[in-house]
Amino acid sequence: MADFEVPELQEIPVIPKLKEGAMAHSSPFISKEQFQIPLGYPGELVENWEEKVYEKMDDLRKRYRSFQVYLDACVKCGACTDKCHYYLGTSDPKNMPVARQDLLRKVYRGKFTAAGKFWTKLGMPWMVGAAEMTKELLDEWYSYFHQCSQCRRCSVYCPYGIDTAEISMAAREIMDSVGVGQKYCNEIIGKVFKIGNNLGLPQPALVDTLEGLEEEVQEDTGVAVKFPLDVKGADILLVTPSADFFAEPHVDGLIGYAKVFHETGASWTMSSHASEAGNFGMFIGSYENMRRVSRRIREAAIELGVKRIVFGECGHAWRIAYSFLNTLAGPWDFLDPNYPVPQHICEYTYDAIQAGKLKFDKSQNDWRTMTFHDSCNVARASRMGPKPGGQFEIPRAVIKAVCNNFHDMPAETIGEATFCCGGGGGLLTDDLMEIRVKGAKPRAEALKSVVEEQGVTHMAAICAICKSQFTKVLPYYGFTMDQIVSVHQLVGDAIVLTKSDSDE
Amino acid sequence: MTALSYFFVFLFYAATAVFVIGVARKIMQYARTPAPLKIPTTPAPVTQTGVVFRMAREVVLFSSLFKSNKWTWVFGWMFHFALLLAFVRHLRYAISSDNILWPLINNSLVLAAGQYGALAMLLGLTGLFGRRIFVDRVRYISAPSDYLMLILIFAIATTGAMMSFVTHTDIVQLKSFVLGLIWFNWQPLPNDGLLITHLALVALLMLIFPISKLLHAPGLFFSPTRNQVDNPREKRHISPWGQAIDDAEAKAKA
Ligand code: SF4
Ligand code: SF4
Repeated sequence: MADFEVPELQEIPVIPKLKEGAMAHSSPFISKEQFQIPLGYPGELVENWEEKVYEKMDDLRKRYRSFQVYLDACVKCGACTDKCHYYLGTSDPKNMPVARQDLLRKVYRGKFTAAGKFWTKLGMPWMVGAAEMTKELLDEWYSYFHQCSQCRRCSVYCPYGIDTAEISMAAREIMDSVGVGQKYCNEIIGKVFKIGNNLGLPQPALVDTLEGLEEEVQEDTGVAVKFPLDVKGADILLVTPSADFFAEPHVDGLIGYAKVFHETGASWTMSSHASEAGNFGMFIGSYENMRRVSRRIREAAIELGVKRIVFGECGHAWRIAYSFLNTLAGPWDFLDPNYPVPQHICEYTYDAIQAGKLKFDKSQNDWRTMTFHDSCNVARASRMGPKPGGQFEIPRAVIKAVCNNFHDMPAETIGEATFCCGGGGGLLTDDLMEIRVKGAKPRAEALKSVVEEQGVTHMAAICAICKSQFTKVLPYYGFTMDQIVSVHQLVGDAIVLTKSDSDE
Repeated sequence: MTALSYFFVFLFYAATAVFVIGVARKIMQYARTPAPLKIPTTPAPVTQTGVVFRMAREVVLFSSLFKSNKWTWVFGWMFHFALLLAFVRHLRYAISSDNILWPLINNSLVLAAGQYGALAMLLGLTGLFGRRIFVDRVRYISAPSDYLMLILIFAIATTGAMMSFVTHTDIVQLKSFVLGLIWFNWQPLPNDGLLITHLALVALLMLIFPISKLLHAPGLFFSPTRNQVDNPREKRHISPWGQAIDDAEAKAKA
């Protein structure tokens, strides 16, 4: 099934012994000129690139406090070394968060610190872990900074909160700036600029798909649930990952949102201009590109004259929506001040449940025993509701409102300690299959334990990347792809449609 | 006064200057560097007061490290707490006996805590050193400077502990040397090999502080994942350079 060894799941996960170079061969496809130029990057490795790397590093450390402080503060205590799912799954020491940071930090030390410069002059830069930029090192950067899903698990456990994701983003931005970009991310960002979503679905295709969904739901339920697109004057703009338009199980989530909107009698619409919640600008560490993608949502909100913005199920998208959207595309003073901007679809559904607006037949989900995968970006980089930790409670409350059988996975693998699916941060591409499978090992172990002990049959997620990743990689560990479901798929399956027409 | 005493007077002024100016410059650099985005590691406090508590838990209890690794936490916390005790004990060399703080400093409990703290410090350092050698992951990420730093502090603690447990130095003369430094009325340093080693190593530590990983101390307070309030939807966060991008775009459109 795979041309690499699929790790064996362990009953009690153990911290592996180092295997140097175990993943040194893993690198994603390099971006070509046609994908670099639209993002404002050179098409190939520039001349004099070492100098340019130093210059960009200098620029970033002056613009990002996180980058500057984290390069200085690490004491090499080792607390983070066993926290990364990629280390746990591959045993490659360079997948330990601090070692990943050190690939970049050693260049910083050699070039920008007194101690590093001193020992470099004496010909012994290794005394203080300093090094010069070389082509081999650049290749290592390219390899290992694309073995980080920017999930922030390491930052939870570091005594100084050092977030390797910040270093990975900076490294990718530096590499892009000298012409070494990742094809997967950069091609996708280009599609958003040109068409409006990661999948490159143009407006007519969206219309088609949504009409198909309306027919499908009508047939299933006998109720005319609408999937509106580009409706001017609607109250709510739903921004959702484009995978929701056709991928499984994503689309069942979209059907769930539509049913919830139908039942709450909401006036809502999607937008073909902002037909993507995801924003790969974050993965490549580019404020400018991330901002440009985000501005499309502002443009759509103004164009359609909506009053609220709600985001569909997607992890990194929710991080950007919740934490960055106000910065990148705000202020939102033209929207209804009675609602946070933006809201998560789980917050919307949760509020509707609390207000008694939704009726469920929970028995519809009785054939499933559920668990819930906390997506890394939702867990450690965002919130839902007014209280810290709402990002854990609200999705679970929604699931429990529509399902009778629910069990959490072991505590050290959920909540703020959750393990990434292994496909985040721009790694969800076929050319990185090996690292994706190995990175999913800790989650697969946790899932296996509840499958065996509590009889769990399905795992729900609220992230398009998690869903795509799990359907693809969990089969390597003996699960089936349909064991992954959307949270709003469960909602959609249990909801009792009482209003016969969404236009009433 | 001997040449050696003069040398130490000079050394301590130089080390203090490097330490104070170096750390101040770093703090200024951190404070001036913008944080363009909201990146607290969540769940995070939603108020400024909450952030103060979060930070206090990190500084006083090393709470993230506690979550992470109990051994590193035990050794690391023991070492740092002992450092605090030792610091307090050393104040008696710098505070004259007519100071109002004197009864507080010169009380037998504080002095004993400082003295026995030295043993805890050595134990903590040994534990940290052991982890660096024996845990393959920690060994992998350690540079020579990481070992040397532990050895340096170990040597400082050992020479210090020896002076209080084994041979005693002339603390009256030492105190007049220290007060002399403070009041620019220089006095001779006791001629004691242990003391001289101890002081030289302390000066070395001060000299390398601003150019080493010891910057973790000020760094923690500036770590955006720990010091930011989780309120991005309620309050717009924008950096000067982020604002400049917005302004340039607005101007281009107008
Ligand atoms: S951010 Fe996640 S993937 Fe990256 S080093 Fe940290 S734990 Fe690993
Ligand atoms: S936990 Fe933090 S300080 Fe310790 S080694 Fe990892 S990044 Fe460095």
